[in-house]
Order: sequence, then structure tokens, then C-alpha cells
Amino acid sequence: MSSATRATDWRFATVAAIAPETPRAATLTLDVPGWRGHRAGQHLDVRLTADDGYRAQRSYSIASAPEDEKPQITVQELEDGEVSPWFVQVAREGDRFEVRGPFGGWFVWDAAQTEPLFLVAGGSGIVPLMSMLRHRRNQGSAVPVRLLLSVREPDDVFYARELETIGAEVVITYTRRPPAGWDGYARRVDRDMLQEVALLGGRAYVCGPTTFVESVADLLIELGQAPADIRTERFGGG
Amino acid sequence: MSTRGFHRRRATADHGRLPPGQYLEGGFPVLSAGPTPRTPLSEWTFSITGEVDGERSWTWEEFQALPRETPTVDIHCVTSWSKFDTTWEGVSVDTLLEDVEPLGGYVTAFCDGGYTTNLPVEDVTGGKAWVVFGYDGEPLEPEHGGPARLLVPHLYFWKSAKWVRGLRFMEYDEPGFWETLGYHDRGDPWLEQRYQGD
Repeated sequence: MSSATRATDWRFATVAAIAPETPRAATLTLDVPGWRGHRAGQHLDVRLTADDGYRAQRSYSIASAPEDEKPQITVQELEDGEVSPWFVQVAREGDRFEVRGPFGGWFVWDAAQTEPLFLVAGGSGIVPLMSMLRHRRNQGSAVPVRLLLSVREPDDVFYARELETIGAEVVITYTRRPPAGWDGYARRVDRDMLQEVALLGGRAYVCGPTTFVESVADLLIELGQAPADIRTERFGGG
Repeated sequence: MSTRGFHRRRATADHGRLPPGQYLEGGFPVLSAGPTPRTPLSEWTFSITGEVDGERSWTWEEFQALPRETPTVDIHCVTSWSKFDTTWEGVSVDTLLEDVEPLGGYVTAFCDGGYTTNLPVEDVTGGKAWVVFGYDGEPLEPEHGGPARLLVPHLYFWKSAKWVRGLRFMEYDEPGFWETLGYHDRGDPWLEQRYQGD
């Protein structure tokens, strides 16, 4: 099967490892037969099947680097979600479910690109951007990069330890509850913050909930970033 | 083979209305590749160009004066949400083509922001497609494609191009934005044509 596997073929993935990322999110490492890598920023589709035959399908961004042998996804549990709670609360090593992919050719970054990179994430929107940061680190890319991450509170930061050594300037703003003694940003991303933080003139990637992405993309245009150099990915639904 | 510990959590009463792999969404998620373009209505036009016997163009005011329809339709996004009974207001593509003879068999919808999508002519004629400027009784919001978007509800929703500015008729099928990036050329949700190769 492996040599003939196409991205569109459904196959069974096995959970090789699972680790809590935050109290409400988990990172799963997957064994996928015939997996031939991905481009940083791409997603895969998953399909879960209940005993009564009911199936549910979702798309999840890939968190791992293209260089990693096994793809990883990080899933944030959504209130009233149907699929995400299974990944966070139920899944354990050895569980199997269907996947296919990778998919998506727009919200991707390759280390061959030379323009400065400005990444903006709202909450779990960091997942595809983390794949880009890991790719950049693995390839030894010298492209200037800055990540602006907006989260409600410290518990919402994915990959917190790895971000310290990822080789990027990481700026975090806490919109609800900053850590004790915090003297950094503690508000929603606004024009002043972007003026101080944004790397303009290169390529910007913005990922998060719709209202967040809309607002950040509009502000970046106001600050002079060319619309064609702003790539967005929005979360919606559950 | 079923997934250990996974159960249905959502009632799906209208099972026959939901295409394979889709789930019912109450909100109205947004999917776009870039920032939301904002074109002033004074600069907005809608054009019929390309392989036609005569090109046509309407200003916003002229477009508003065309006969309107208010389709209520189910919509299906490739990212797997569907939304039932969405109500729109706009102009049928049939109305736009009343005095125009398309010569090519394909059409490319082109948009502010550079987005394009390709469709066979038969997917936008015969009461199957509209250019809409109203949603749920209100002007269509920019993030949902306002001032006007294409509405082709029988195909995945990326075919319902946001911020649409015209239809270019073509002799050949030319893949549009998402179609060039690995998404299916036609995008029939009932055949689950999500990606190239489906």
C-alpha cells in the first residue's frame, strides 16, 4: 500500500504517543502508514467512527516539523465539541482512527523562502505556525522571525518550553489573566501593539478565531503590509 | 472499524440533508486565504466578460435595480460544516445572462483580493447560482463576502466566491485559487469531492 498511497486515501492512524499540552489540549503523535511528510502549515483530515457506524470528520493543522517522521496534531477541546473531546479526554496510545492528507497549499511556509516572517496566533492558532517555526529551526534558516501569541491566560500557551529555544522572538499577550508579576502585554492585539511588534514587509501568517484574524489582518494592512503578503487561516465550527 | 470510546454527541435529525462527512453548524464560520478586501460601492462593478457575444457591466446602483430573488438554501463547507436554511438576497446568474450568450463551456468567477474559482457553465445556470448582496435580511457583511458574493449552494462553499466582481466565460476549464492548491475541480459535496483525486 505504501508506495501507492495518495494524500486523499483514508488509512488508519495509530496513536503512537499522547501528551497533555495544556489542561484542555493534547498533542498526539501518529503512526500513519504511507505518510510521506507535509509542508509546514498544512492540515490533515480525521474521521472517527462510533460503534453504531456514525462518523464524524474534522480538519486539524499539523504541529510537527516536515522533517519529523511521524505527524503530530494538537487538539484543543471545544465546549460542546463532538470530536475534539475524544482527542483530549479519551484517546490513549494504541487507539486507531482514520486520517488522510496532508492538504492545503496556501497557508504554508518553506525554509527556501527568504523574506522576514511575522507569525500571529490567537490561542490554538499557533499549531500550524509551530510547524513553520520547527521547520525553520531544523533547516537552520536565518530568516528573521517573530511570533506574536495572544492567549487568555498562561494555561493556554501551547509548546511553552519549546518556544523558549525555538530561535524566534516570541511576544505573548495575555488578554484575561497574565501571570503574576507580568510586565508585558496584557490586552487584545491592537494597532499600537502591532506597530511595536510586527515585522512588516515580509510574509505574515495569521491564524486563530475569525474575529481575531479579521482584526489583525486589517490592522496589518493599515500599518502598510501588502494584502497579498498576509496569509490567513481561520478557525470556525467545532 | 470503530474508534474506541467515540460516540455521537449531536442530534442529526435531518440525516438525509447532510452530505457525507459533514456536520451541522449553528454559527457561520468564515474561511478565507487572506485579509478581507473592502471596495467602496462607488467603485464596485460586476462584469460578464470573456467568451460571450457581448460583454456586460453593472455599477452597484444598476445591479441593485435588477430583479431580485431570495433563495433559502443549505450550504456545505469543505472544512466539513454545513448550515441549513440560510437565506440570501441577490440576482440569479440566469438574470445576468438574459441578454448574453456564453460561448465557452466554463466560467471563472473573479474577485477583489485576486481570488478566483472555476465552474462549468451548467453549474451556474438553470436556477442554480446567484450573485447575492444580502444575508438573513441584512446587507452581506464583508467577512462573509460583502458587498457581493457568488452563491452556488449545490457545490462546496469555496465555489461561492466572496467579494465577486464578475464572471469570465472561457472555452477551457482553468483551475482557480483553491483548485490550483489541491482542492477538487468541481467540489460536489454529495460525492465528497473535497480534494484533487477524490
